[in-house]
Amino acid sequence: MFPRPIQTQSAAAQATYKAALPVVLILWLLPLIAVMLFSVRPEADFSSGNYWGMPSSFDLIPNYSRVFFDSDMPRYLLNSLLITIPTVIGTVALASMTGFALGVYKFKGNLLIFFMFIAGNFVPFQILMVPVRDLTIDLNLYDTKTGLVLFHIAFQTGFCTLFMRNFIRALPYPLIEAARVEGVAEWRIFWFVVMPLMKPAIAALAVLVFTFIWNDYFWAIVLTQGPDSQPVTAGITAFNSQYRAAYHLMSAGSIVAALPPVAMFFLMQKHFIAGLTLGAVK
Amino acid sequence: MTTPTPAVPDTHPPADTRSWYKRNEIRVTPWLFLAPGLLFFAVYVVFPIFQSFNISLYRWDGLGEATFIGLDNYRELATDRAFEVSFWNNLKWLVLYLLAIPLGLAIALFLNQTVTGIRLYKSLFFFPFVISQVVVGLVFSWFYLPQVGLLNVVLGWFGTSINILGDPDLATYGIIAAGLWPQTAYCMILYLTGLNAVDPEQVEAARLDGAKGWRMLWYVIIPQLKPATFIAFVVTIIGALRSFDLISIMTNGGPFGSTRVLSFYMFEKALAEFGFRMGYGAAIAVVLFLIMLVFIAYFLWSMYRDEQEARR
Repeated sequence: MFPRPIQTQSAAAQATYKAALPVVLILWLLPLIAVMLFSVRPEADFSSGNYWGMPSSFDLIPNYSRVFFDSDMPRYLLNSLLITIPTVIGTVALASMTGFALGVYKFKGNLLIFFMFIAGNFVPFQILMVPVRDLTIDLNLYDTKTGLVLFHIAFQTGFCTLFMRNFIRALPYPLIEAARVEGVAEWRIFWFVVMPLMKPAIAALAVLVFTFIWNDYFWAIVLTQGPDSQPVTAGITAFNSQYRAAYHLMSAGSIVAALPPVAMFFLMQKHFIAGLTLGAVK
Repeated sequence: MTTPTPAVPDTHPPADTRSWYKRNEIRVTPWLFLAPGLLFFAVYVVFPIFQSFNISLYRWDGLGEATFIGLDNYRELATDRAFEVSFWNNLKWLVLYLLAIPLGLAIALFLNQTVTGIRLYKSLFFFPFVISQVVVGLVFSWFYLPQVGLLNVVLGWFGTSINILGDPDLATYGIIAAGLWPQTAYCMILYLTGLNAVDPEQVEAARLDGAKGWRMLWYVIIPQLKPATFIAFVVTIIGALRSFDLISIMTNGGPFGSTRVLSFYMFEKALAEFGFRMGYGAAIAVVLFLIMLVFIAYFLWSMYRDEQEARR
């Protein structure tokens, strides 16, 4: 193990390490802690210039309930959910299929298609912006959640295919051959042999795609406009201009907008990390 | 095969009476499985890349007729000061963003211990990455606020102050610092997973040979972390070239356009206040794409090599 385990070192070193951990953590999260402190202050503190002193009252509930009941925030949150969840389902479905095709079969063009998916996934999205926006307008899907979902599914399929294909590659191939010898149809092999083994990969991709799509801002402002279809990342800017300089509300709103992926991460940590490291470093 | 194998091999194979699909199942199935994914990907990703190349040769407001103007958009880019600023800012992003890799490694080494509660510490260190860049941008722009932002409150104790986002010379660095926060967290998690896979026997053997500290890190540990470093490099480069959200949220390109990068300038030209110059925007996107292409080619080449080694 590197570095040398702290347990093998002097008691003083161990105590220093244990004391340093929380200090470094607080420094690391300082900008975030500052926002959390803002979000529980009453408005009066900001107008009287008391930004960092003792809050004159603890206003967690009034601030957050204003975010939830007095603004468009719930609509934006709902939009985010209605965009994110169909995207996750669509992407995982498409990528399981492409991953299966590229991972199991040997055919001409296999590697070429695989690398096309990878390359597409590395592309800076600005090069897609004008044509995709145009296409979305032509399909009458501009400023709709469907328009965003369709694009997200297509783009995320690149990354997810890479992941799924590598995962399927690592499965025991004799299992598939055995099923073939038994005369099992290919689509049944996919559904009954491979799918059950892909559960961890599906879980990893689902949490990752959820986070990516929830946090998307660029496509949200390119393809949608108003509170009817914009997700929370884009909505937060509208929210902030509504409550300009009301730091207690803006910070509470930001925390609310950030919360779902954070919750997802803490609930599904193992899968999340497996997905991020692409399974390349096990 | 559906017929059971007879005890004595039949030298005359029976005529294949199965349907066309059954006979060609192995050859056809992969294409059936690929079809929906390929269709989506082609329509929304592959074709648009070529369309952008094409649009960059036109003058087009996105609604009316497009006029073919050849390479005029590119000629205009050559004399566009704002483009030049954006281009150099992109290079700053590329170079400084790579700091996330050593920083992530440093935090990973710091946290790679087994003491009580370390798992929670690791999660909390990672957590900036999970937050959307929009929120990171807001958080940092409040952190940087002149007078009342936490940074300036702390600097105030030392009798100085600094208005990072209001200063054209500093603003870009302020935004990059905000971007490094989640990116470092990402690199950290890659290295933590990588450190788990480091071969303990090699470490012990090197220790017996008297290697320790920096030499151990450089000659024994880092070579074993190569896969993690590769992914960290890939995601950091992509992250740097995609930077848009933070700029849009923190400065909206200002002050005086000093924080624009190509992705942001392209968006401004094509969709925002300057009116709809789709062709010019597409030309900027093409330049950005060509920069990225150098890296994409390198990534694909490395992955292709690994693929050849892993052939079974």
